[in-house]
Amino acid sequence: MPKFTPADLDAHKAKLLAATAKKAIIKVGLNTCGDAAGAQPVMAAIKEEVAKAGLDAQIVKTGCSGMCALEPLVEVSVGGAAPTQYGRVTVEAAREIVEKHVKGGRVVEAFKVPSVGEMSSEKPVPGKQYRIVLRNCGVIDPESLDEYIARDGYQATKQALTAMTPEQVISELETSGLRGRGGAGFPTFMKWKLTRASRPGEQKYIICNGDEGDPGAYMDRSVLEGDPHAVIEGMIIGGWVIGASQGIFYIRAEYPLAIERIEKAIKQARANGLLGKNILGTGFDFDCEIRLGAGAFVCGEETALIASIEGLRGTPRPRPPYPAQKGLWDQPSMVNNVETLANIAQIVLRGGAWFGAIGVGRSKGTKVFAVTGKVKVSGLIEIPMGTTLRQVVMDICGGTSSGKPIKAVQTGGPSGGLIPENLLDTPITYEDLGKLGSIMGSGGMIVMDESDNTVELSRFYLDFSVDESCGKCAPCRIGGTQMLRTIDKIVARKGTAADIAKIRRIALTMQRGSLCALGQTTPNPVLSALRYFESEWTERLVPATKK
Amino acid sequence: MTVKAIINGIPIEVAEGTSILEAAKKVSIKIPALCKHPDLDHTAACGICIVRIKATGRTLRACCTPLENGMDIVTHDPEIVNVRRGIVEMIMSKHPNECVTCSRNQNCELQTMCADFNIERSDLDNIVPDLPLDETTRAVTLDPRKCISCGRCIQVCQKDQNVWALTFMERGIETRIAPAGDISLAESPCVKCGQCSAHCPTGAIVEYDEGPDVWQKLMDPELHCVVQIAPAVRVAIGEAFGFKPGTNLTGKIYAALRRMGFKAVFDTNFGADLTILEEGTEFVERFAHGKGELPLITSCCPAWVDFMEKYSAPCRRPTTPRRSRPTPRRSTWSRSCRARPKSMRSSATTT
Ligand SMILES: Cc1cc2nc3c(=O)[nH]c(=O)nc-3n(C[C@H](O)[C@H](O)[C@H](O)COP(=O)(O)O)c2cc1C
Ligand code: SF4
Ligand code: SF4
Ligand code: FES
Repeated sequence: MPKFTPADLDAHKAKLLAATAKKAIIKVGLNTCGDAAGAQPVMAAIKEEVAKAGLDAQIVKTGCSGMCALEPLVEVSVGGAAPTQYGRVTVEAAREIVEKHVKGGRVVEAFKVPSVGEMSSEKPVPGKQYRIVLRNCGVIDPESLDEYIARDGYQATKQALTAMTPEQVISELETSGLRGRGGAGFPTFMKWKLTRASRPGEQKYIICNGDEGDPGAYMDRSVLEGDPHAVIEGMIIGGWVIGASQGIFYIRAEYPLAIERIEKAIKQARANGLLGKNILGTGFDFDCEIRLGAGAFVCGEETALIASIEGLRGTPRPRPPYPAQKGLWDQPSMVNNVETLANIAQIVLRGGAWFGAIGVGRSKGTKVFAVTGKVKVSGLIEIPMGTTLRQVVMDICGGTSSGKPIKAVQTGGPSGGLIPENLLDTPITYEDLGKLGSIMGSGGMIVMDESDNTVELSRFYLDFSVDESCGKCAPCRIGGTQMLRTIDKIVARKGTAADIAKIRRIALTMQRGSLCALGQTTPNPVLSALRYFESEWTERLVPATKK
Repeated sequence: MTVKAIINGIPIEVAEGTSILEAAKKVSIKIPALCKHPDLDHTAACGICIVRIKATGRTLRACCTPLENGMDIVTHDPEIVNVRRGIVEMIMSKHPNECVTCSRNQNCELQTMCADFNIERSDLDNIVPDLPLDETTRAVTLDPRKCISCGRCIQVCQKDQNVWALTFMERGIETRIAPAGDISLAESPCVKCGQCSAHCPTGAIVEYDEGPDVWQKLMDPELHCVVQIAPAVRVAIGEAFGFKPGTNLTGKIYAALRRMGFKAVFDTNFGADLTILEEGTEFVERFAHGKGELPLITSCCPAWVDFMEKYSAPCRRPTTPRRSRPTPRRSTWSRSCRARPKSMRSSATTT
């Protein structure tokens, strides 16, 4: 394909949209989750049946639409009719769907499940899903540049590079109120502005943080797998704004499909003049490479990530200097999360004001969550900020899978905390979750019902953090282990009230004395369990007199 | 450029880039610091130096945070002191209680820190790891159990000496100091410069102690023991025995060594003279008679020679002289005193 100029891009898009669609469109979800659920043989069976019957059908493999519990997912649309979503599709079911629906035009009610379209709304309303980040996930073939272009792909890059100044992009981001989705929630416009202002003219780097190490979280993986070009667009625009010529995708090695899809997407973009020298004929040179994560949770921390790229031990270093001042190879660098970057193109295209109108207070736009635990429909969801936790669990995820009452919801993974049932009407915002002793985090959400035990859940998270401590600083390295030993004593019903006091003392030392957020937040799950479910701890204690 | 700030209510103006720790020193405020060595860049490892920013209530490390304009800092409050104390207690829970037999006893920064915080006992579990000693170099002794992971030795070894022999292995609570690649120190690129032991705050890396071995040899009637002292020792030894710094004690040292049982006491000056004669001869041979390569580079420091040989490819053998160490030659002395060479044992003292 030729290298695109801005005009070519538009012409190509128009051509794609005008192309006559096949009579039937069959989409099969083929992310890591679909693959694990057996979507490959389903895909093969569909191809076979379509070929056998000689049907005029386009078979598309897509990313994850979010309904991971219902994989393998197959979506069928015949003759332009609204698509039907089928879930938990077996090979036999797939054959039946082709036979009855694709060929016969009759929906197979037995395998029908609610579609994402039915569950989300056109306009952002609390309690319903609204898709910005996941807009293409499960909808397009992530390995097809054409499908991305047909859905406004690279229009934002064109818009920014040809019709805006970097300052205008920063200003739109400021209006949008977008904050980093990697956990800390730092205003994105500010980070871009600071990195742009830092040492102008020097070599700079933009880094996409795809290390995603929280247990139970896979938002970033789904975006990388399901809509890789959207993240690349975020990188191009970010690189252009800060003055970087090089972008680096840091993706954890445990995500082979995400790596493969980003690799393919980079090659496609390069071949079409969307990456490399003279992007879209604008004179802007920018290219991306991929680095594999070193397999440690702490390598998601931006300074440890940079050390890891440099080939050093992946341990955090103190800030300042911030990466904007002195980052990769001592040059000004900017680390952005996958989800943050996936928002950029849409903000550039639709304007900061559009984004800023979604959400509440200082928490704007949407947030993707990976909801797991005791819910009926677990999976990936994207909701407008300000949606309450109860709406997520009851309305979007269908309540508890056991039918038992909800006990608590854990947000923020190992750095976050438990929120008890009586506080579930709290709106999901950075500030409100923080007030409750939890955090927004990167998007892990675990739902617990009455049969779950908070001592054990907090112990699980503590164990994870202790295991993942890099060992650089004393409070985290030793404090975590000492806290874990104390909890084990309580679990073994050998603890006393003095041990609870000891846990609190260790927690304070870790919060104040640890170098990075890993150690500072390690005590959070335990402290929140103590705060809201103290009786579960005290009932395990030995009365002090019996010692 | 200077910055103006307030520390414990005291206004202060310092050069831009000065750490909070250094700035506080200028107004006679001592912020306790354990991992930070005055001569080295910070490692930010212990967290004992935390101070509070009054405006936000947040704590940050004084050793690695530059003072900024307008900062208002509190260095001591009940919570900060408790946290510092908590950290020292944690470090102690993982450190063997072997002070009386440790060669760093009375000269250990961790011991001092414990005393400063009045730490006598702790309710934390004892979690001292079981790790073997590394005495393979017979130059420095590595006792990883005593390591507090301050990172100083790694910094001097990697960044200052550029040797890269030492590193941290594993992570989290398993983190331990070790030669890179987990080989023995003798197999590692270690050049035995001793910078790690000179900067270690605890007894985790100390100079290898040959004392017990020397005493054994001295007490063996079959052996003929000789000793030599390095020039600097004559003066440097005085302070340890309560003499005024700078007192020359050559005579007293000779007498003491003879009473210990050494048959002869040499002065390293003598060996140095011999070395210079030999090196001079070699140089003349190479320079004037073209026998061997040039340049000829020499040093009495065995670590320097080791470093050149390991790390400086063009400086392999031919550039360092055949003989560059001022130690007396066994054969020469045994001829002049008629002792059997095999029964000769030679000790040397250096500073
Ligand atoms: C222990 C630890 C792990 C982290 N892991 C990730 C991660 O996997 N992905 C991520 O984007 N940010 C992670 N972060 C946050 C990053 O340090 C950084 O703030 C973020 O990538 C910045 O991007 P944002 O501003 O777009 O959020 C982690 C932070 C800590 C302390
Ligand atoms: S807080 Fe933990 S993870 Fe972070 S630097 Fe310290 S030891 Fe490493
Ligand atoms: S061996 Fe000594 S200097 Fe090296 S890290 Fe351990 S305590 Fe610090
Ligand atoms: S002295 Fe500052 S962290 Fe150790």
